[in-house]
Amino acid sequence: MMSDLHQMSIARLSSGLQAGDFSSVELTRHFLHRIRQLDGELNAVLTLAEEQALEQAQAADERIQAGNAGPLTGIPILHKDIFCTRGVRTTCGSRMLGNFISPYDATVVTKLKEAGMVMLGKTNMDEFAMGSSNETSYYGPVRNPWDRDRVPGGSSGGSAAAIAARLGVAATGTDTGGSIRQPAALCGITGLKPTYGRVSRYGMIAFASSLDQAGPMTRSAEDAAYLLAAMAGFDERDSTSVDRPVDDYAGQLNQPLKSLKVGIVKEFFGEGLGAGMNASMQTAIDALKTLGVETREVSLPNSGYSVPAYYVVAPAECSSNLSRFDGVRFGHRCENPQDLEDLYKRSRAEGFGPEVKRRIMIGTYALSAGYYDAYYLKAQQVRQVIADDFRKAFSEVDILLGPASPDTAFRLGEKSDDPVSMYLSDIYTIAVNLAGLPALSMPAPLVDGLPAGLQLISNYFEEEQLLALAHQLQQISDWHLQTPSGY
Amino acid sequence: MDLEPDEVEKIAHLARIAVAAGEIEALNTELSSILGLVERMAELDTSDILPMAHPLDMPQRLRPDVVTEESHRETYQSVAPATKNGLYLVPRVIE
Amino acid sequence: MQWETVIGLEIHAQLTTKSKIFSGASSAFGAEPNTQACLVDLGFPGVLPVLNEAVVKKAILFGAAVEAEIARRTVFARKNYFYPDLPKGYQISQLDHPIIGPGHVDISLESGESKHIGITRAHLEEDAGKSLHEDFHGMTGIDLNRAGTPLLEIVSEPDMRSAREALAYAKKIHQIVVYLGICDGNMQEGSFRVDANVSVRPVGQEKLGTRAELKNINSFRFLEKAINFEVERQIDILESGGRVVQETRLYDAAKDETRSMRSKEEANDYRYFPDPDLLPLIIEEDFIAEAIREMPELPAARRTRFEEQYGLSAYDADVLTATREQADYYEIVVAEAGDAKLSANWVMVELAGALNKAGLDLPRSPVSAQHFAGLVKRIADDTISGKIGKQVFEAMWESKDSADSIIEAKGLKQITDSGAIEAIVDEVITGNPAQVENFRNAAPDKQPKMLGFFVGQVMKKSQGKANPKQVNELLRNKLLDG
Repeated sequence: MMSDLHQMSIARLSSGLQAGDFSSVELTRHFLHRIRQLDGELNAVLTLAEEQALEQAQAADERIQAGNAGPLTGIPILHKDIFCTRGVRTTCGSRMLGNFISPYDATVVTKLKEAGMVMLGKTNMDEFAMGSSNETSYYGPVRNPWDRDRVPGGSSGGSAAAIAARLGVAATGTDTGGSIRQPAALCGITGLKPTYGRVSRYGMIAFASSLDQAGPMTRSAEDAAYLLAAMAGFDERDSTSVDRPVDDYAGQLNQPLKSLKVGIVKEFFGEGLGAGMNASMQTAIDALKTLGVETREVSLPNSGYSVPAYYVVAPAECSSNLSRFDGVRFGHRCENPQDLEDLYKRSRAEGFGPEVKRRIMIGTYALSAGYYDAYYLKAQQVRQVIADDFRKAFSEVDILLGPASPDTAFRLGEKSDDPVSMYLSDIYTIAVNLAGLPALSMPAPLVDGLPAGLQLISNYFEEEQLLALAHQLQQISDWHLQTPSGY
Repeated sequence: MDLEPDEVEKIAHLARIAVAAGEIEALNTELSSILGLVERMAELDTSDILPMAHPLDMPQRLRPDVVTEESHRETYQSVAPATKNGLYLVPRVIE
Repeated sequence: MQWETVIGLEIHAQLTTKSKIFSGASSAFGAEPNTQACLVDLGFPGVLPVLNEAVVKKAILFGAAVEAEIARRTVFARKNYFYPDLPKGYQISQLDHPIIGPGHVDISLESGESKHIGITRAHLEEDAGKSLHEDFHGMTGIDLNRAGTPLLEIVSEPDMRSAREALAYAKKIHQIVVYLGICDGNMQEGSFRVDANVSVRPVGQEKLGTRAELKNINSFRFLEKAINFEVERQIDILESGGRVVQETRLYDAAKDETRSMRSKEEANDYRYFPDPDLLPLIIEEDFIAEAIREMPELPAARRTRFEEQYGLSAYDADVLTATREQADYYEIVVAEAGDAKLSANWVMVELAGALNKAGLDLPRSPVSAQHFAGLVKRIADDTISGKIGKQVFEAMWESKDSADSIIEAKGLKQITDSGAIEAIVDEVITGNPAQVENFRNAAPDKQPKMLGFFVGQVMKKSQGKANPKQVNELLRNKLLDG
């Protein structure tokens, strides 16, 4: 039994811990061992926090024995390296923060700590969350456990690969333009981007502040429900976090869905979608129908403009957010700066990788005098148009459905020389961020042996409905239980 | 839209990123292709549309005027590249 | 050619709050470097700003005081530029939707007339840190304690036509923010900073000339000097056929000149955009009402009330309301002592004189308003004379005791017992027969003046304690009747 701990759900592990079948220390050791044994070729985990993990596991065991454990107490977690973790290196996938030991914990980290979760370590990611393949990480690419010549997606690629390879029970991710859903799709796991404002952004290193949102990356919707309940909630340190009660997501997984209307987004099934992907989606839709939900076609007519608008809004915000990395108070500083300008320019040129520099420069340009209206203001108007499309769609249906990515995982290096083709791999996920809506990706039938992601989008703050639909679909299918061979 | 090489230099300067002369052309190609993607927005008529700066339609919340932070200078400066007598050091600023 | 000077001022008033505008770090002045800079002030990765309620209320108070529009929806924007005292690489400020819209103040001109000066806007922003240029082996040290201190930037219309007017306006704004209790007004510590936009144009020309922005002016005196220097400089340039360059110039008090600040000037492009970490601030009516409930009476209203309620002259009312502390002090005194004019004289002459001599300001006066009221009261009710009052005041200044206890201890109480006074008067009349003779033979119009001698003698014998009024009366009766 101890040998397949890594295949168990959170609920199962929790009851095992409660029953004393195994301890959190044993569970933690099991995963630490798996990471050491299996991560060498994946590169999903950047920093292993072995000592802290065992201390936290010990504390969790004591809490379980004392009888005041919650559903997540003693369960191991991996944090994307974008979350500040006190006393543990936090790199954000960048050389800039190569030696950065955060003096504080992100709110998400604190909340999961308080729930009794055990942090195993930090996962690899695209540098500053800018990328869709995990190839922009300064610490080397992550490989997809389904095919190690392929990318895991990005930017939360380390988290996705680690969960797919069963190196952890659950992981955190962040999603600015698809960075939870696209890697979840490419690695065959379940990833949820909550409504903007549902989860605190405090301590999550900002990429694009009006788009960034943290969420759970797990094997099942049920696991995601447990994790989201602990991550979500109002935070007085984040002005954009919403003061609104957190639903009992796990408790509502089996809510009746018979009258639910699911809209199939016409534009997400156009010529950009591969035949294999299309077939996989259709199989998933057929299964969905057996749950008794009603499906119909809906249109998001302007969704094609979401990628262009996003590549103004996100770079503009990032160009400003990343100005604090100046080699003065933390982070990389160049050797022997000649003067102030040299300090800034070389520290930043050396500390940031090419993709980050490109986006900073695009954003700088879009905000600069004479271009603001044509780029930034225009993008904000397009953003409104896209949000309006969703408003109209949600007046007709409860949930929107489509693929999470146009194709299965691509090969390492395949798109890394062409930023634009890389950007288009987020074509189905980006509109959701612009509108601030919640959405998840869950495994659909494999396509040529590789995972495919089904994306479900709901109206603001209706995560509980999204998770219930995904859970009930996972009750009648086994796509989420498929494991890459060797893991 | 294609950028001029001096525009690339100007942007790099505003962003305080050193770019070697030999990198400008390749960078220009990349930036111009991204701007080409971005400019597809122009096809959409947005003349009557209010700009959307933020996904949340929610007012700003306020914090009471209370001091909640203590000094942790030593900890905060432990990650700084150069400090002295509690100050962060930078190359001389000329005013 | 005749030239007309055009001046607009940008005033940065540091708002007096306990904590910073976007963080819970203390905003007190003078702490050890970087001990009041928390993660938010330092711009650490991942941290976020949360707006301080008191800052918003104080801005609203200012808006109400200058009869300005108070925005119902106001937006914070990022002003992007790199500088070591600016930790995030951007300053959170306001551009398109400032919290305070158009308003105005009236300033008094030397001619006695008053002039309307428009206030374009006032907006909230965070202050930057400080660069310290002491030698650290050719390095500059950065102290970020001041980073994140709340500022209200008050921008005037270019309505001023001379350094004098600019000075009057700056003093007026200073008086208002200090009266409101939203700024301590300390120019040396940088709590109240004035930048001046100065240009000149030929008289009669509509179009504004090219302006220079003067910075680093840290006293009112320097404001006037800096503007006058700059006006001369610009006129010299124009008259010798040159062109004024639009630029920022630093005022050098030691040399009394302005000089170009080229290092900071190169092609600024601040790339303002709405701060995505801060949603638009919606200001509801009841929030404004709550903020304004804390509004103290403003100088102009108080001055009028002083004239009406206390029957003071316009001059006295103006002097007494110059600062909120002085007006408060006066009102405590008059409430206790009763005699408004006497109270005004004592506050304006004796107290102000003593403070001035000691180089103290009113809040640090050794004599409290309550004690000072006790003194004036004893003069008003004839317990002591004005002359003895000065003696008592000196003792109060030194000992911090009450007037009554000093009067008691030193036996300074005025003699009002007519029997006792009569005895002294008789003694003086008997002791000076020649003067009595002279007095009685003098023409009646000379007599009042001659009475002074006898009064002086009586006061001397009574050690100044005899009631002067009674002394006069008795002497007159006795000398004329005798």
